Amino acid sequence: MPDKPKVALYWCASCGGCEESVVDLAEGILDVVAAVDIVLWPVAMDFKLEDLEAHADGSIAVGLVNGAVRSSEQEEIVRILRAKCRLLVAYGSCAHQGGIPSLANLFSLEEALRDVYEESPSTVNEKKTRPLERYVENGHEVTLPRLRQIVRALDQVVDVDYYIPGCPPTPKLLQEALAAILAGKLPPKGTVLAPDVALCEQCPRRDTKPDDLAIAAFRRPHQLLMDPEKCFIAQGVVCMGPATRQGCEAQCIGGHMPCTGCFGPTSRVLDHGAKILSSIASNIGPKTDEEILQTLSGIPDPVGTFYRYGLAASRLRANLAAKEGAR
Amino acid sequence: MSAHVAAREGAAPRAEWKPRVVAFFCNWCTYTAADLAGVSRLKHSPHFRIIRVMCSGRVDPQFVMDAFARGADAVLIGGCHPGDCHYMEGNYNCLRRFHLLQRMLGQMGIEKERFRLEWISASEGERVKTVVNSLVEDVVRLGPLALPGRLREWDREIDHLEAAVSERHEEATSHAR
Repeated sequence: MPDKPKVALYWCASCGGCEESVVDLAEGILDVVAAVDIVLWPVAMDFKLEDLEAHADGSIAVGLVNGAVRSSEQEEIVRILRAKCRLLVAYGSCAHQGGIPSLANLFSLEEALRDVYEESPSTVNEKKTRPLERYVENGHEVTLPRLRQIVRALDQVVDVDYYIPGCPPTPKLLQEALAAILAGKLPPKGTVLAPDVALCEQCPRRDTKPDDLAIAAFRRPHQLLMDPEKCFIAQGVVCMGPATRQGCEAQCIGGHMPCTGCFGPTSRVLDHGAKILSSIASNIGPKTDEEILQTLSGIPDPVGTFYRYGLAASRLRANLAAKEGAR
Repeated sequence: MSAHVAAREGAAPRAEWKPRVVAFFCNWCTYTAADLAGVSRLKHSPHFRIIRVMCSGRVDPQFVMDAFARGADAVLIGGCHPGDCHYMEGNYNCLRRFHLLQRMLGQMGIEKERFRLEWISASEGERVKTVVNSLVEDVVRLGPLALPGRLREWDREIDHLEAAVSERHEEATSHAR
């Protein structure tokens, strides 16, 4: 068999959308399969841990990891992958910035488990049974991975070479990244493989954004009939475009929904949520405390809005009170 | 609060801890007022470090987050009174961001008192003293925030596995040989 470059794909705490985006290559996936040898892809094929461990260190050309990291099992696999792969790529919002799973960092692990196994409206669990890390039945022992106190982005656990952003990334970005990797034409380590410009630059509604927005009231998409041509922010709808990296081809805008920030910030931004907060809040009209508070009350959940895809990667990473109150 | 703060590893014992307040003062009003307080030999708490900015409107919320992440116990922004901004609107922008940022910090477990905005004009040296003293008092009551140490401590939960995996990895590779 000819020596094709080996590729490993793995998922951690993710919804499966990133895996779906690989399948979205459609017939393009045949070119990928022709060019590379997929040695690990749990969502599509049967591989065991031993199969992965059998590879020599550095023998896999590239590992694409999606999903945030919360369990000891995920940590273990990404560490093994780091050793086996010459390049490790954080694929998708969760691996890149923590993603939606990292919003769990607003709560303690205990609160999260209580909600999921006991209190959520759809849960029926009278005995309040919860999964155990270790359980013995008839002399047989079964174990489960341990959950960590906080959710982490991939680079908070292992060294990461490149990032492909998005929830999920577009097939185009994946194709371009794979082509660059196979051709060895790569930018400096640590680069996010998408254009380093804010989404507003390519927004089809860009010309309808007034110089002085002077927002009087915020409304969420379900609370008004939105003008299909006009800048969302000009309509009082929070749009993450001004602080979010492009590369998504403005698909949400095209679908008549504001940007929610899944591509993360551009390289000049230190903290995505703080940056968009700055832009949105500066653009409101009122000047007195009372009126300002009234206008800002239209944003009921600032963390969930501004860090929707990146709480783990924010400067503060989590709700300090919840994390330590639990101990 | 103070009980688990004291128990926290990496944080200095309570007796040795000195509050650290980062103060962003606008060049035209509050910084000049702080200067006046100095020239007037007003006695105030020494536990704050001034960063001079051209306008309170220049204080990016990222600066505030970063100050906390790097170990500030509180952040103070000082600017010109409404209507007096050297750049017309800068202090209004600061006020708008301040309210939203204070609420967002609250969601992340940082008490309201740790982040403050005050309008102090160039002639109000006395007010610099009162504001700084009352802020430092609040911080002493709340205790250290000590974020760098806390973030490091959170990450200790993933340290031991690193050792375990590399050990197992050694075994697997030596077996393969």
